[in-house]
Amino acid sequence: GLNTVKGPFSTDEPPTPRKDVTTYNNFYELGVEKSDPAQLAPSYFTKTRPWSVTIAGECAKPGTLGYEDLIKPHRLEDRIYRMRCVEAWSMVIPWVGIPLGEVLKRFEPGSKAKFVEFTTLQDPERLPGQRRSVIDWPYVEGLRIDEAMHPLALLAVGLYGEELLPQNGAPIRLVVPWKYGFKSIKSIVAIRFAETPSRTAWMKAAPREYGFYANVNPAVDHPRWSQGAERRIGEFLKRKTLPFNGYADQVASLYSGMDLAANF
Amino acid sequence: MDKLLRQGWVKPLLFAVCLIPLGLLVWRGASGGLGANPIEATNRFLGDWALRFLLIALAVTPLRQMTGWNAVARWRRMLGLFAFAYVVLHFSSYVGLDQFFDWSAIGREIVKRRYITLGMVAVVLLIPLALTSTNAMMRRLGGRRWQALHRLVYVIAPLGVAHHWMMVKKDITEPAIHAAILAVLLGWRGVARLRHNGAATTARPTACSVPQSSSPSP
Repeated sequence: GLNTVKGPFSTDEPPTPRKDVTTYNNFYELGVEKSDPAQLAPSYFTKTRPWSVTIAGECAKPGTLGYEDLIKPHRLEDRIYRMRCVEAWSMVIPWVGIPLGEVLKRFEPGSKAKFVEFTTLQDPERLPGQRRSVIDWPYVEGLRIDEAMHPLALLAVGLYGEELLPQNGAPIRLVVPWKYGFKSIKSIVAIRFAETPSRTAWMKAAPREYGFYANVNPAVDHPRWSQGAERRIGEFLKRKTLPFNGYADQVASLYSGMDLAANF
Repeated sequence: MDKLLRQGWVKPLLFAVCLIPLGLLVWRGASGGLGANPIEATNRFLGDWALRFLLIALAVTPLRQMTGWNAVARWRRMLGLFAFAYVVLHFSSYVGLDQFFDWSAIGREIVKRRYITLGMVAVVLLIPLALTSTNAMMRRLGGRRWQALHRLVYVIAPLGVAHHWMMVKKDITEPAIHAAILAVLLGWRGVARLRHNGAATTARPTACSVPQSSSPSP
């Protein structure tokens, strides 16, 4: 197991069983069915070390770091977060990770660094889903710099006290619990500080349906389904979806004055 | 082959085969084989099979005409009713499992979500076909009217395929396959009809030996 300390912001809701968290995944790089990633990962995405992450863009210390060098300076924290998928289901996941902001600060982002862009590994050998152009590979996601620096934002390396499994985005992934799950990009190989927001993978795939912010918002429906309620995995009845996935107290101020229906 | 297909045990066997998907679903449900989100899995599974049975039922006539196995015509009603049964199960799992009888939410969804609107229209249109599937109803309506009514399936099946297509998030492989099959099944009827009409109006009397079976039927 991983050596961790208790981190802040954890929910006391019962975690979703490990089996469900590790077998019900949206990771199109390993297939479009939710059972695909867990089934395909053991044959394809077996090697997640060595791993390196390239840091680029508007910062004083760009470069390429090995996984260990990226993680070592930080203490691993346990954080139990709610995860709300844009498809109207949710889980409670005990992550292990490090605060994203603390990592980003090491690279000394400059005044032009208004946004941060993340990129997933592109390797059709290991990620066979990329052999078909379901979406425009590689998967790209982005955050505004103040979102990225928010103490809730996490770079996760583990789950249930163990290292991340490939289907969950090994070896390092983003977790942004107040946004729909697709923002929490998996298997990150590049981080870039930028002056302008990125066109993310899902914005390119369906601009009408997926915006840059993707904050969990029961008041703004997906064009094809309601976001007012969600099914917590393991529960029968749907529960009401909370603004910012229940993290409004922490993050609502980031968006004061913004029209969240226009900036969906 | 046609003779073999006329054997008394064939139709009951086919009936049992048509129950396999349902049995598989029940077995998976009981053994935890439906995964982390069993309600979604159930709904998708039933929807997939509703659509497949619609296509299977629509394949009967082309199959009969292509192969000359007239025995398959005897299965058409049963296959059509299985399609209806899986549609009803799919609809029920949406209402009872997915929405848990939240009628106001269901009403909002029907109005607001186009793919649900189309699905509901398909369900409603199927009801008169199921109700008039008995011999007695066939007699009461008369062949011509009965056939006209049952041509509704040419609207229902595309609605079903469109319903699936519009629901899918990104990978449209499966709905595209369904659409292609449907296009072949409907296109085949169109061509058969054109040929039949052409033969009837322009050809010499001998050409009227076009087999009766080439007239389009649901």
